[in-house]
Amino acid sequence: MEKMVQKVFDEGQRKANQSYMRGRTVTIDPITRLEGHGKIEIFMNDQGGVDRAYLQIPELRGFEVFCQGRPAEDMPQLTSRICGVCPTAHHMAGAKALDALYQVEPSSTGRKIRELVYNAFMFEDHALHVYILGGPDFIVGPDAPKELRNVVGVIGKVGLDVGKKVISTRRRVREIINYAGGKVIHPVLGLPGGVAKGIASSELPKLREIAKDSLEFAKFTLKVFHDIVLKNDAYVKLITSDAFTHKTYYMGMVDKNNKVNFYDGEIRVVTPEGKEYDRFQAKDYLDHISEHVEPWSYIKFPFLKKTGWKGFVEGGESGVYAVAPMARLNAADGMATPEAQKAYEEYFKTLGGKPVHHTLANHWARVVEMLQAAERMVELTNDPELTGRDIRTLPTKTPSVGVGVVEAPRGTLIHHYETDGKGLIRKANLIVATLNNSARIAMSVDKAARGLIKGGVVNDGLLNMVEMAFRAYDPCFGCATHTLPGELPLVVTLRDLKGSVIREIRR
Amino acid sequence: MPDKPKVAFYWCASCGGCEEAVVDLAEDILKVVEAVDIVLWPVAMDFKKSDIEARPDKSIAASFINGAVRTSEQEEWARLLRRKSQVVVSFGACANSGGIPALANQFHKEDILKFVYEDCPGVDNKAKTRPQTECKDEGRTLSLPELRETVRSLDQVIEVDYYLPGCPPTPKVIMAAVQALLSGKLPPRGTVLSPDIALCEECKRKDSKPADLSLAEFKRPHQVLIDPEKCLLAQGLVCMGPATRSGCEALCPAGNMPCTGCFGPTSRVKDQGAKFVSSVFSNIAPKEEKEIDAVLDGIPDPIGSFYRYGLSKCLLRRKLN
Repeated sequence: MEKMVQKVFDEGQRKANQSYMRGRTVTIDPITRLEGHGKIEIFMNDQGGVDRAYLQIPELRGFEVFCQGRPAEDMPQLTSRICGVCPTAHHMAGAKALDALYQVEPSSTGRKIRELVYNAFMFEDHALHVYILGGPDFIVGPDAPKELRNVVGVIGKVGLDVGKKVISTRRRVREIINYAGGKVIHPVLGLPGGVAKGIASSELPKLREIAKDSLEFAKFTLKVFHDIVLKNDAYVKLITSDAFTHKTYYMGMVDKNNKVNFYDGEIRVVTPEGKEYDRFQAKDYLDHISEHVEPWSYIKFPFLKKTGWKGFVEGGESGVYAVAPMARLNAADGMATPEAQKAYEEYFKTLGGKPVHHTLANHWARVVEMLQAAERMVELTNDPELTGRDIRTLPTKTPSVGVGVVEAPRGTLIHHYETDGKGLIRKANLIVATLNNSARIAMSVDKAARGLIKGGVVNDGLLNMVEMAFRAYDPCFGCATHTLPGELPLVVTLRDLKGSVIREIRR
Repeated sequence: MPDKPKVAFYWCASCGGCEEAVVDLAEDILKVVEAVDIVLWPVAMDFKKSDIEARPDKSIAASFINGAVRTSEQEEWARLLRRKSQVVVSFGACANSGGIPALANQFHKEDILKFVYEDCPGVDNKAKTRPQTECKDEGRTLSLPELRETVRSLDQVIEVDYYLPGCPPTPKVIMAAVQALLSGKLPPRGTVLSPDIALCEECKRKDSKPADLSLAEFKRPHQVLIDPEKCLLAQGLVCMGPATRSGCEALCPAGNMPCTGCFGPTSRVKDQGAKFVSSVFSNIAPKEEKEIDAVLDGIPDPIGSFYRYGLSKCLLRRKLN
């Protein structure tokens, strides 16, 4: 009898949910042609669950093509316009590609100035994400009212003084890039063989102070993360939950000791079990990475060539891999600086050893990397060579092919240029950080949607958690399709099996 | 207490650098937030298009719109904000004149699609799949917007009241514009909100610019060690300073690299590239055609050099065939 009642109840519930969903043809805007913005299409099944969720990227700008015929030395400045949030990453990958193109080794001072600028950039960009873009989900709460899920809510939670500290720390660190690079948004320092401008020794005391304060700020941020996230069991449970977990390959750049390096090194890939799978130089990337095309998105899906494209699936049989902070920590044997190393050890200890597969752990890994970037800034501003006069080695060889790589905040970034003998671009190819993550991000959105949306219940808090599945990657779809806007006002469309729009929600 | 003026920020086809430039107001952003109500700012705040649609016409004091215009969606947003705003400020080089994305007007859409999805090294796509405006995946229909052929400036789509120049505009010119708007002391419509003189006037190297330049050759920045004090044109580098509006305080020359012209021309100039050609090329030393050609070989990409941020709005506009 009870079974019967339950069956009738379930049937009634199913029908109610169905009619609820079908009834809710609330379309906030009937047209979803949001250029440059991310778009999620969720197809519902008859049970009110998710059949499949697609993350679509609806545009591309085609930098590789419109850079053809232009002087190679302009590439660091042209490609920085792919993204105004991470211009320094493109600028630096471009400068390193020019070194390779002209077969010229940067002078020691030139290299150190680049590294200082680059670590300053990694630091301030990560800080932006921690406090303004992704952090609000944790600091304020994943299902907090949406008018509070922003930097204003963060300030409300951590206090105005801390808010001001975030603002002033970022401003001061960005002054380093401004000084050495001319402009902080779209800097101009990168040339083959080094940099355009040296650092005056009169600037050193100021630079040292900023570096020291940055390190204190990174330690403070780790404490904030401890107090607000790690001490909250519900958050830890969310981070380690299955809906936000994928077992894939991981890629990141390492130095000769297999420690994380943002500026230079070899690319290392580990298996879903954490074993070294591949290690290669950027110039050989085409032997290791291929790109898959789908008709429903302008973004391409890179995969590990030796393992092959097996679709949007995880595991060792599938060539899908991940980049960005969590992947970098997985792909390395440790951090290159002491404070970061301590934080690295605690991170893996708490999350159950290597590798970590929980997408949301990216937030924590990002703070670990802030420590390393700040510690490197302290080291470099205390290096007597930083103020040397030999800032650039002039190229003498004929250019032909050059590949440059850096670890951008959002993952491994490769620039590949081919030129004629005069250094005019014949062909350019860019494997951009977020692009490497595109397959895994698409899988994460699908899995989170399936795991979270059940029985036809869709609300703002749940949808925000679906968003969190990609926000954790700090994705820059502007970069990935070489288009913008980079940050994405999201559109979620819910469809029934026939494809009719049930509901559309925009942020 | 009277309502604070309402302000909107929106982006079209841009890189997000203009958004970062607003964030770079740093401490000043707190003053702005005190003085105005921000009703739309996608980079930092959640919003809905319907919120803007529901507002009475002309109820937003000012909308700052950055980015070039490529799709119907962006046209719609631009028109919506125009209708709801008393003042529209075209924000940054892409909105003003197409910016770097407009360099794509030298190529066709098909060139871009074919390279990206077929010819690009590393692409594994034997079936020659291309993103489709409509496609089916296991029975589910998915759609994508179509790419337009041409990149346009904002004022080719809606009327614009003021322009903030730069790639991106600097915090200083942004703050000055915000203060002018708040105080109601506005210049005539159509004004570019930055000093109407050439960049050279505020360049620290100005004193070393010779009264009569004589250019025997042009050099590319990677070929020479650049003197950090001396006028860049006098060093034979293509510096767009003479044809570019001031306001940034000569940031790129302060970084020891030439100006690339991102603030656009002054009000007296219609075409920035033509201005540069007329003012600088008359100083080419040789007078024989062959020798002149040899000097010009030092500028292998004239469009990218003279129209780097302005292809949508210059006399050239785009490639047709």
